[in-house]
Amino acid sequence: MKSTAKILLSIAAILLFFVFLYWAQKNLDPYKVRILNLCAINIILTLSLNLTNGFTGLFSLGTAGFMAVGAYVSALLTMPYDIKTMNFFMVPINPVLAELHAPFIAALILAGIVSTVVGFLIGAPVLKLKGDYLAIATLGFGEIISVVFTNTQTITNGALGLKGIPQYTILYWSWGTAVIVIIGLMMLLNSSYGRAFKAIREDETAAQAMGINLFYHKLLSFSISAFIAGIGGALLGNLISTIDPTMFRFSLTYQILLMVVLGGMGSITGSVISASIMTVIMELLRAVESPMNLGFISLPGIPGMRMVVFSALLIAVALFMRRGIMGEKEFSWDMLFGKGAGRRESA
Amino acid sequence: MNLLEVKNITVKFGGLTAVSDFSLSLKKGEIVGLIGPNGAGKTTAFNAITGIYKPTSGGINFGGKDITRMQPDKITKLGIARTFQNIRLFSNLSVLENVLVAHHLRLKSSFAAAMLRLPGYLREERAMRKEAEELLGGLALSRFMDEKAGSLPYGQQRRLEIARALATHPKILLLDEPAAGMNPKESHELMEFIEEIRDKFDLSIFMIEHHMQVVMGICERILVLDHGVTIAEGSPEDIQGNQKVIEAYLGVETDA
Repeated sequence: MKSTAKILLSIAAILLFFVFLYWAQKNLDPYKVRILNLCAINIILTLSLNLTNGFTGLFSLGTAGFMAVGAYVSALLTMPYDIKTMNFFMVPINPVLAELHAPFIAALILAGIVSTVVGFLIGAPVLKLKGDYLAIATLGFGEIISVVFTNTQTITNGALGLKGIPQYTILYWSWGTAVIVIIGLMMLLNSSYGRAFKAIREDETAAQAMGINLFYHKLLSFSISAFIAGIGGALLGNLISTIDPTMFRFSLTYQILLMVVLGGMGSITGSVISASIMTVIMELLRAVESPMNLGFISLPGIPGMRMVVFSALLIAVALFMRRGIMGEKEFSWDMLFGKGAGRRESA
Repeated sequence: MNLLEVKNITVKFGGLTAVSDFSLSLKKGEIVGLIGPNGAGKTTAFNAITGIYKPTSGGINFGGKDITRMQPDKITKLGIARTFQNIRLFSNLSVLENVLVAHHLRLKSSFAAAMLRLPGYLREERAMRKEAEELLGGLALSRFMDEKAGSLPYGQQRRLEIARALATHPKILLLDEPAAGMNPKESHELMEFIEEIRDKFDLSIFMIEHHMQVVMGICERILVLDHGVTIAEGSPEDIQGNQKVIEAYLGVETDA
């Protein structure tokens, strides 16, 4: 198939999808709309983590931390003055922050930018090191962010969290962002910079011997990842309308990491598929936490049972499907129409 | 003037001296060989020149620039490319992509320009693709272009590694045992290949090699390392007759 035909097909598919979203936003019940929103947000977050872990070979575990930064930035920018002052009843809010206000689009971009700055500050010292240090440092960073946010009461309202964040995240925002992130990453990863990232993943020493500045490219990948995670966090905050520091702990990163591994480290379409499936499964699994009557035995509801199933799934993936759904391949139109299946990406 | 001037470098790892007082001068167009028994410090000397190890003492000058403590990527940018003893290709990338990666160091467009496919970037991308395809064509690797580098036969992988190094536009090429694992016929082809690329790309070549046939066949000068010390230097004929070299390789006769 010709590449122009493929591009047209992709555009048509995206348009069709947005027609569906238009219908969904109007006709589906709020619970289903929320799941659709969560799908999009999880896609964004999974891609963010896949960029570092799957494409650049940097084992980063800081996603939840960057999400927290993004969520708080966007929340503070979008909440109206009255609600902010109402939230901060223990310790009053910093007067400068109380006055701040921005439209949602500006809040999202700023959430990404602040998160990038934080990512840059974490990455700059750590990315000079090789190997597992990054995992340890970013893991620590995630925990530190949550502790810091608990204690900066005039900014974040501490452990009380923020309530009544305007629910601006509707399907157009979440999926619009997801589509931009998907296309943006595909363009980046198919460019010379993407090849440099993959070369670093394949063999750092050889990549450097080929003239690739390791530090610059690692920091670039890490910062872009932080940017995307920040926006993902912001969308999440403005969807669920309540955030507090304990939300953004390691378990959140762990969930996203599972989606990355399940979809395939180094596959964009794999991440999209696995994030969508996992989001839906996580909702369906709520059933195992509620009391069950199996006829011969009735089980009481066990809170947290979902995570047990979830963890078992991760073990199963690690044992039997190490390369995930897509491996490093990408879904393409050629694959769908059975021509040269699995060869070269289409985008 | 010498293109590369290595002056008395010493590389120590803790108490162990891997290379001591190593000197080398390389003129334009020369092919110089480095031989020595296993563990003599040949690869360490290579790694010191290419910036992977920082020499404990001594200095390296390339084309008038001091490169002693530069990062490997800076050194490659200046014009010293290398291959590795145990092939280090980007196995999961295609053959073409492997070569394209080596073009990245000359890319002028920013990542944003690359991502947005701005005209300036597209021009650069087209140019690098064209050049990479020509290079692969010239080295008889065209038909493997879209295959994963890791799936190539061994000999072709060696060839690709050299192609990738050439794509950085080097002035000096360092080859670490290019004939390793090759049969006599293949190593003969390799010799011709090395001389061919030297002339075509206007290179100076510094190579580590164990195959005496190859070393003696194409090197104009040979250095011999043993336990980190340079024990001999000279033309292939000189080296062949050198008593110290024979002793280093075969051991010393002692009266029982």
